[in-house]
Amino acid sequence: MTLLGLDVFYVVAGVFLLLVAGNIASDPTHPKRWGSALFWGLLAVTFLAGKVLPPVAVGYMMLAMVALAATKRLGFAGKAQASGEERAHSTDLLENRIFAPALLIPVTAMVGTWALGRLHVWGVSLLDPANTTVAAVCLGAVGAIGLAAGLTGARPATPVEEGSRLVQTIGWALILPQFLAALGGVFSKAGVGPVVAELVARALPTQIPFVAVFAYCTGMALLTMCMGNAFAAFPVITLGIGLPFIVHQHAGNPAIMAAIGMLSGYCGTLMTPMAANFNIVPAMLLELKDKNAVIKAQMPIGLTILVANILLMYSCVYRF
Amino acid sequence: MIKLIGLLIVAAGFALRFNTLLVVMAAGIVTGLAAGMSFNEVLGLFGKYFIENRYMTLTVVLMLPVVGLLERYGLRERAETIVRRVRAVTAGRVLIVYTAVRQVSIAFGVNIGGHAAMVRPLVSPMAEGAAHARHGTLPEKTTEAIRAHAAAAENIGNFFGEDTVFAVGAVLLIQGTLRAQGYEVGLWSLSLWGIPTALVAFCCLVWRARVLDRRIARDVPETRADGGQRPPGPASRRVRLAVTEIKKERR
Repeated sequence: MTLLGLDVFYVVAGVFLLLVAGNIASDPTHPKRWGSALFWGLLAVTFLAGKVLPPVAVGYMMLAMVALAATKRLGFAGKAQASGEERAHSTDLLENRIFAPALLIPVTAMVGTWALGRLHVWGVSLLDPANTTVAAVCLGAVGAIGLAAGLTGARPATPVEEGSRLVQTIGWALILPQFLAALGGVFSKAGVGPVVAELVARALPTQIPFVAVFAYCTGMALLTMCMGNAFAAFPVITLGIGLPFIVHQHAGNPAIMAAIGMLSGYCGTLMTPMAANFNIVPAMLLELKDKNAVIKAQMPIGLTILVANILLMYSCVYRF
Repeated sequence: MIKLIGLLIVAAGFALRFNTLLVVMAAGIVTGLAAGMSFNEVLGLFGKYFIENRYMTLTVVLMLPVVGLLERYGLRERAETIVRRVRAVTAGRVLIVYTAVRQVSIAFGVNIGGHAAMVRPLVSPMAEGAAHARHGTLPEKTTEAIRAHAAAAENIGNFFGEDTVFAVGAVLLIQGTLRAQGYEVGLWSLSLWGIPTALVAFCCLVWRARVLDRRIARDVPETRADGGQRPPGPASRRVRLAVTEIKKERR
């Protein structure tokens, strides 16, 4: 049994999103009042009742959210924030204590991962042992709200209003990672990966040892860019290219191949909008005009590491 | 081959700048139908994976109220003020230190970062503050570049530290996949072979952070030279204008 599983935090997040929806619905000056309220309300329902809803119903709710986003029924009021002077004044009062809640989150993550995850009282574990890291971060976030509210003496409505401002700053991109994960799932079910692996294998002369390494690393990066997820690409490319060519044909070392291969997949993650949680959501969160700015900044790094991985794997995998 | 139609839709949709949610949903539905599923089956699959992957959104959503509240009380401004007191600091160096901390901590299995928890409230204001202290008011494109690199620093630190030292998600997946094919590989050898790439990744970030610092230094005198007002025209012309103005000043 688990005291603080992810389900508890899903409910907390669901309640917050419901409050955001309510906040928008009760604001007659909001330019896209009903569309926005409906969108965040639907998302709140998937968090509150995700487990009991039939998957098809969730699928139709996703269609409704897509319709709202695609027809631009989603908007942002750009509510007045506290002015710069006001903010400067309150920080002067709080001084560096304002960092305490922000730092509580990483500290809780650390303590949670190392200690709380292993804590059992009368057979009840405190944090979900299967998802310790995520649960620890969530616990930190909830604790930090409490600490921040205590320090600042803010009204209970303030975190909701400010959170609502940020939720709307990110907009529909907030749920893009989940959509892409779902697309990746559909792709695997439909068998897209093996087709890609076969195409790569057929197009290149893999009887040359270097070409086998090149095909495996670039294959990992390319399929990761298509699927948005290196974990989804790994089994496909490893079974389709890595094991048959590098290990069977050329007697390469599977451990070296797999370790560097996975990291080649991460190079793909750096370079694709499909990995929205790493590349698109941050661009929205940091209020960048160009939502591909993060990808552009990462492009030189991703390509360099990929080349380094290919050379590294070629010089080690057939030797050790 | 028909199964690849989804990838085609995604590529075309991104290129034509349709709403991304629409493109993704359409690609999934068409791929599912092409693979012989019914419309409701595809939607059911979409719904199932959407619910299973709620954890991706969960941490961001829970972080937003506290980050918003702290921002209202001036967290970002405070982070900028603090960083200005350190003389040797530059935007690039802030990012280098953050990536190093992130890589080492995640190598020991502790996930202390995140775009919502660290980058927006602390890392990007600190990097911007450092650049501001050195170069004065920053033009918008410079601020954008600093923020984009702050997000990149988080991703590099997160991805390329993870597979070293402690076995976490990725290493276990690798082991499981290979075991299913009859290959036993040790967790330690997998972790060991992740280290060279982790070092390469860190070096790449150092390189890009230095490029960023040079770019900030280049951007800011350029805008100052013409009094903060950028004349219309291509960048090369602006540089030439700026250069001529600097030369004029020297005379």
